[in-house]
Amino acid sequence: MNGIHDCGGRHGYGPIDIDREQPIFHADWERRMFGMFILAFGGGHFNIDQFRSTIEQMRPAEYLESTYYEHWLHALETLCVENGTLTRKELDDRLAALSKGTH
Amino acid sequence: MSADHDHEHHDEYRPSEISLRVKAIESLLVEKKLLDPVAVDKLVDAYENKIGPHNGARVVAKAWADPEYKKRLLGDGTKAIQELGYSGIQGEDMVVVENTHDVHNMVVCTLCSCYPWPTLGLPPNWYKAPPYRSRAVIDPRGVLKEFGVELPKEVEVRVWDSNAELRYLVLPERPAGAEGLSEDELANLVTRDSMIGVGLPKTPN
Repeated sequence: MNGIHDCGGRHGYGPIDIDREQPIFHADWERRMFGMFILAFGGGHFNIDQFRSTIEQMRPAEYLESTYYEHWLHALETLCVENGTLTRKELDDRLAALSKGTH
Repeated sequence: MSADHDHEHHDEYRPSEISLRVKAIESLLVEKKLLDPVAVDKLVDAYENKIGPHNGARVVAKAWADPEYKKRLLGDGTKAIQELGYSGIQGEDMVVVENTHDVHNMVVCTLCSCYPWPTLGLPPNWYKAPPYRSRAVIDPRGVLKEFGVELPKEVEVRVWDSNAELRYLVLPERPAGAEGLSEDELANLVTRDSMIGVGLPKTPN
């Protein structure tokens, strides 16, 4: 699949952001995302090919504008809905409740 | 709500809407007893504090100190790395490529961010971002220059594109003046970047 993720050889992405002091995780949500994802993966809820395929199907603009662990979040949400673990409505309702501070 | 303005750490790492989405899915999975939040803590701790380039440095130091080990490492990287106790996810199939006087190897994952976790830990941001991924394969010398590495023209540069199953580790050339150092001392000369191939090991004082 020749999608936006297939970066090799493309021009125009600019200089490499070499920050030698960067932390492993930049925010706590990245930590949670990382751990959750690895556990779901290790638990056999999906495999690495499904994971990558989900990310590769992100909208190109969204793929480029979002960070690494947002790709993981996208994949986890999508795969949980696809395999029936969660519904989109459950996710939306919970997000709304958390936003309002009612959960 | 103030989510639009309430950023965690740095703008690049996204406003709190993302962190709420993460909280939403985590809380639902925990409620359904599909996720143990303590297990998340443990994993995070392991990759934040225990698994990192110091593991790979042990592998390189041993290869520098022990020619028999080096032979095994270049012959079957996965097995030889396992000898030192480093194995597990994202390191199931390891190939070690050796830098010499004539050849310099560097590693990229153009499609994604495949990286040898058991030996190097989690990848740095630049490894996961399009500028490195796009250019490493068409302008490796230009990329190396950005990292402050300029190689003589005669040195052949080989770029290895990782994939979902197979991961590469660069065995850097042992720096001059490192003869007679212990494995611990040698390990201190090995940098993460030298094992990705975008840097060189430190030289002994």
